[in-house]
Amino acid sequence: MNVLDIKNLTVEFPGRKSVFVAVDDVDMSVEAGKILGVVGESGAGKSTVGNAVIGLLQEPGHIAGGEIFLHGKRIDQLPYKDKRLLRGRKIGMIFQDPLTSLDPLQTVESQLVETIRTHMPFSGNEARKRAVELIDAVGIPDPEERIKQYPHQFSGGMRQRVVIALALCAEPELVIADEPTTALDVSIQAQILELMKKLCEERNVAMLVITHDMGVIADITDHVAVMYHGELVEYGETTQVLGAPKHPYTQSLISAVPRPDIRVERFPVVNYIEKAGTPQKQIDISTHWLGKSRDYEKVEGPLVQIRGLDMRFETRGSIFPSRRKYFQAVKKVSFDIQEGETFGLVGESGSGKSTIARLVTGLYQPSGGSILFGKTELTSLKNRKDVLAMRRQMQMIFQDPYSSLNARMRVRDIIAEPIKFHKLASGNSEVRQIVDDLLDHVGLGVAAGQKFPHEFSGGQRQRISIARALATRPRFLICDEPTSALDVSIQAQILNLLKDLQEELGLTMLFISHDLAVIRQMCNRIGVMRHGELCEVSGCDQLFEAPQHAYTRELLELMPSMELLSRANLESA
Amino acid sequence: MPYVSNEDAKVDEQTAPGRLTKILDSDMFHSFLRSKVTVVAACGTLFLFLLALLAPWVAPHNPFDLASISIMDARVPPVWMEYSDPRFLLGTDDQGRDLLSGIFYGMRISLIVGFCSVAAAAVLGITLGLVAGYMGGRVDAVIMRIADVQLTFPAILIALLIDGIAAGVFGSIDREIFAFYILIVSLSLSFWVQYARTVRGSTMVEKNKEYVQAARVIGIPSAIIMARHILPNVMGPVMVIATINLALAIVTEATLSFLGVGMPPTQPSLGTLIAIGNDFLYSGEWWIAIFPGLALALLVLNVNLLGDWLRDALNPKLR
Repeated sequence: MNVLDIKNLTVEFPGRKSVFVAVDDVDMSVEAGKILGVVGESGAGKSTVGNAVIGLLQEPGHIAGGEIFLHGKRIDQLPYKDKRLLRGRKIGMIFQDPLTSLDPLQTVESQLVETIRTHMPFSGNEARKRAVELIDAVGIPDPEERIKQYPHQFSGGMRQRVVIALALCAEPELVIADEPTTALDVSIQAQILELMKKLCEERNVAMLVITHDMGVIADITDHVAVMYHGELVEYGETTQVLGAPKHPYTQSLISAVPRPDIRVERFPVVNYIEKAGTPQKQIDISTHWLGKSRDYEKVEGPLVQIRGLDMRFETRGSIFPSRRKYFQAVKKVSFDIQEGETFGLVGESGSGKSTIARLVTGLYQPSGGSILFGKTELTSLKNRKDVLAMRRQMQMIFQDPYSSLNARMRVRDIIAEPIKFHKLASGNSEVRQIVDDLLDHVGLGVAAGQKFPHEFSGGQRQRISIARALATRPRFLICDEPTSALDVSIQAQILNLLKDLQEELGLTMLFISHDLAVIRQMCNRIGVMRHGELCEVSGCDQLFEAPQHAYTRELLELMPSMELLSRANLESA
Repeated sequence: MPYVSNEDAKVDEQTAPGRLTKILDSDMFHSFLRSKVTVVAACGTLFLFLLALLAPWVAPHNPFDLASISIMDARVPPVWMEYSDPRFLLGTDDQGRDLLSGIFYGMRISLIVGFCSVAAAAVLGITLGLVAGYMGGRVDAVIMRIADVQLTFPAILIALLIDGIAAGVFGSIDREIFAFYILIVSLSLSFWVQYARTVRGSTMVEKNKEYVQAARVIGIPSAIIMARHILPNVMGPVMVIATINLALAIVTEATLSFLGVGMPPTQPSLGTLIAIGNDFLYSGEWWIAIFPGLALALLVLNVNLLGDWLRDALNPKLR
């Protein structure tokens, strides 16, 4: 018998001007001991399904139609009080961010005991015993000791384990996990997923996993529901849906997922999602401003040479040098980047890869070591004119498309600013023409120029960012996690765009990402970083097929396998 | 099924709606219309501002025209009382000036002082706050310590201090000319700290955002980054403080004038009028103090209600 049945569920958010249908006529069900994955891109309505089931829809959202059954009993129309009793008792919830889903002022023990005693007729001692058992069950060592600690004494992964223990407190029949591993590093993600699968089988719990990550779906789910714009487009067994997707949306979504085991020249064009807007006219790079006067001196040998780079941040300031404390973010890192290649830096959060990008662009001053760009030593540049000449040659694309554009400036002014500042064009009409061509070239269309950034989606904003970076005619482009805030299909488009631009303009790129699969698609050579140190530098194929360093091997093993996913439309490079 | 996102439709759209329709259609205007109190407060504020602005045309008399006032008309009660004079709706003060006209002109002076001191305080506070927040380190420490010291002096003390110095420098005859400027300097000196602190806080958040880093990567110098990129993004809270401060400045000005260090009796503000009336409160001529007092309360209440709404409307947490 199914634990959860959702029939014709429709959720509406009435707005000032119109009613937004977040979930449109959706059916799905989960059996005990099985995991159902709900996958889709942002705005697909997948989280809304979870919130509707547990009765936590945000105002003014409400269930406008359909029925939800838990063990055959209808739950969507229960009064508030009965719904509250369901939560925690019958339905457990695991949230995305373990940093904010625990109360920082209470010990783990008191949070667990509170939840257990709310729902079960246990005495204080019995509840405590059960709490220890739960902490043990989710794989936290020394449960007797650790349970007395506060959430901040646990690492992110351990905290997510505590959240899982909380969800399991009252032996619920259904657990809803909303993006349970999105905030975690790859290595921890693998452990948490394994734990979830194990607990689900052992305790015969039905689980609803909401995620945007095809890797998670492939790893742990038995069934999968693919959602797009509030509608359920495909629903079935995971192996079936991923291996032989029927619906064109599912097909294009799967083909857009970067694979660690295969390198594609270009991602297949994803039709169903946001269209990029076709460029009105093709510009000939060899004669156009963008390609013209790329008159930088030729360099012998590598374009960028980094030698023994060190960076430490002061974590406690003091007037006495002996009392100061430092955090070493980058330790003695050396590597070269050849002209025209894409060099990848990969590592988990806190490994120092973004710090290196900021050191190279001059946003930070290094504590030691040297950065040689061509023949110029960047760390000892003093003269403002020399600094500007260098700044012009290297540009950066940032991670968060929502904060990397000034919300108060028009797109046209954002892109024109570097051109005007470096006096790269004569006269306003020429600047205007260049801006229009740039917008066209990154696939936004000229009309985008007079709008403000908030009128664009994440992927379109990232295109604006790219246009701004190109506006100084750089020869070296640093991409700091350029696609990690984007949906897969948009990511595929942006990666395609970056590849095209690199080819046309002969750009040299430093590409930083935590995602090995993306790195494999983009880079010629790859450096693996951990705790501020560079573990290994090797060619792309070599790294994935014959990793040298133990840490690289570990990272590769922990990656969710994408073997289930269909390979239609992918041509290997 | 049409799987085309409406994003492209947005981009291709050539005809942008006009500015006015955009404002009328915004969430902000909507929230304004929904709050009845705010609509009333806005109308009240506008009405009082207009009265003050158009005082020379709407006031029945000119209280500064010595030729038209007569000491014989002194302390005439409002029209509904005995011994009143139909020429003076709300009665007259101790020199025979029409109170209603006096209130119009007084409000004008109160508002001018309020606006000027708020503007001066905002310019000073925003500049120092931006520099402190963006530069950090020692510059920040110095500016914020000055702000802390500044906070320990109440506005009245600063006004008395500046007034005393000015009296010593310019002599007592010129004081009437300088009273206005002394008021503005002392009010803005006591209000700038709030702007500096708020702007510093917002600047410290904004400067770590990637658009500021992008500007730095392009090579744009700090001063331009502060003015062109950060300033427009920190103006929201500043507008809120400015509105609430306007009310506060008017009240403080009235207090100073009441104490005799503000506007002189020859150019009475609302506070001066209240101070004059204060002398006659116990002799039964209550209207000289009460009517300017009511006008002050009404003005400040309306502006404050507007400010409160603005604070809530611009605060994303309360939406």
